Amino acid sequence: MKIAIASGKGGTGKTTLSTNLASYLAETNKVVLTDLDVEEPNSGLFLKSELIYSEDKYKMIPQWKESDCTLCGICQEACNYHAVIQIMDSIMVFPELCHSCYACSELCPTNALPMIPKKMGELKHYKTEQFHFVEARLSIGEEQAVPLIKQTLKYIDSNYGNDYLKIYDSPPGTSCPVIEATKEADFVILITEPTPFGLNDVILAIETMQELHKDFGIVINRYGIGNNDIVNYCHNNNIPILAKIPNDKEIAILYSKGELLYNSIPAVKAELEKIAQYISALSANYLPTQIPKNN
Amino acid sequence: MKIAFTTKGSQWDSKMDPRFGRTEYFLIYDETADTLTAVNNKDTENEAHGAGPKAAQRLAEQKAKILITGNGPGGNAATVLQKLGVDCYINAGDMSVKEAYEAFKAGQLKKL
Repeated sequence: MKIAIASGKGGTGKTTLSTNLASYLAETNKVVLTDLDVEEPNSGLFLKSELIYSEDKYKMIPQWKESDCTLCGICQEACNYHAVIQIMDSIMVFPELCHSCYACSELCPTNALPMIPKKMGELKHYKTEQFHFVEARLSIGEEQAVPLIKQTLKYIDSNYGNDYLKIYDSPPGTSCPVIEATKEADFVILITEPTPFGLNDVILAIETMQELHKDFGIVINRYGIGNNDIVNYCHNNNIPILAKIPNDKEIAILYSKGELLYNSIPAVKAELEKIAQYISALSANYLPTQIPKNN
Repeated sequence: MKIAFTTKGSQWDSKMDPRFGRTEYFLIYDETADTLTAVNNKDTENEAHGAGPKAAQRLAEQKAKILITGNGPGGNAATVLQKLGVDCYINAGDMSVKEAYEAFKAGQLKKL
């Protein structure tokens, strides 16, 4: 089963929940946690782990072969991202803008834009005492998170079967990287804080998940600050609230030391147990692949 | 010599646009012919990515050798402008086009 932990707003507790939930569930399940927030992965800060494997990740980009080019202009017409443009008598390629779609390369009548690999980031595979942890990190200067997220998901799928609970710490926001990180998930946990900012941004995330036809639930973090609007919103829209993690100075202190919370704070453990129960009930109904039958 | 301004309008008293890639217009002043030509750049508003290189390419067609703007172009656009041999002058984002031109002539704008 695949569970993505996302949020609209940044800084609402995705990583805190991901690391604590992964660790808690690993006491009774086989778990792999993946940090898909490739622009700023930070789950690893909270885990004591040993590196067992790492690899460089590449994306394919076009490289201009001046000698074969007739300057016909087809490549720049084909590129929706202006990653390939003609300036006077030369073709300029902007690798960071390239989405590796191959259109310019395939459509070039003289094969003057062959695709070559370019390093975009790294994947690292760690082992903690209870579970496995995979982190992907985009190289500095790279703009496209989606290709690296895609390759990381592929790595997880080829290394872990359906007997694993796969937890994905997703990027913040509601744009392409979040879509990529959540689109294969069986269930999405949206974590928010009970403030006007938190509500505004989680509504955007809720609408995104509805558009993707995802099954999802809400976890309220720092419960006790702000107001009750998020609770009312969920009640009025029949959205399940899975847990309410209290606002507690002790949590902030442990977080600042890079430590997990639930062993020291019983209230957090109780809330994690509620989430575990919910997931367990879901997984009982969950079938890995449902192929529609033709009557 | 042709001078390009990033602007919000097509007149000498129009406001400058501090942005490069997503500027509303390029206003081209041909000093020799004493003519002012506006090039609409508003369609870059719809570009999620690559507005800078696209705007730089549009500017290339105008054959301007000087660019007067506000914040200055980003990395990708700067690469194109360098290739074109366009000199960039910045920090004119809060001026009118006329004020920006006068400041340029008086040597008061910062060259990138």
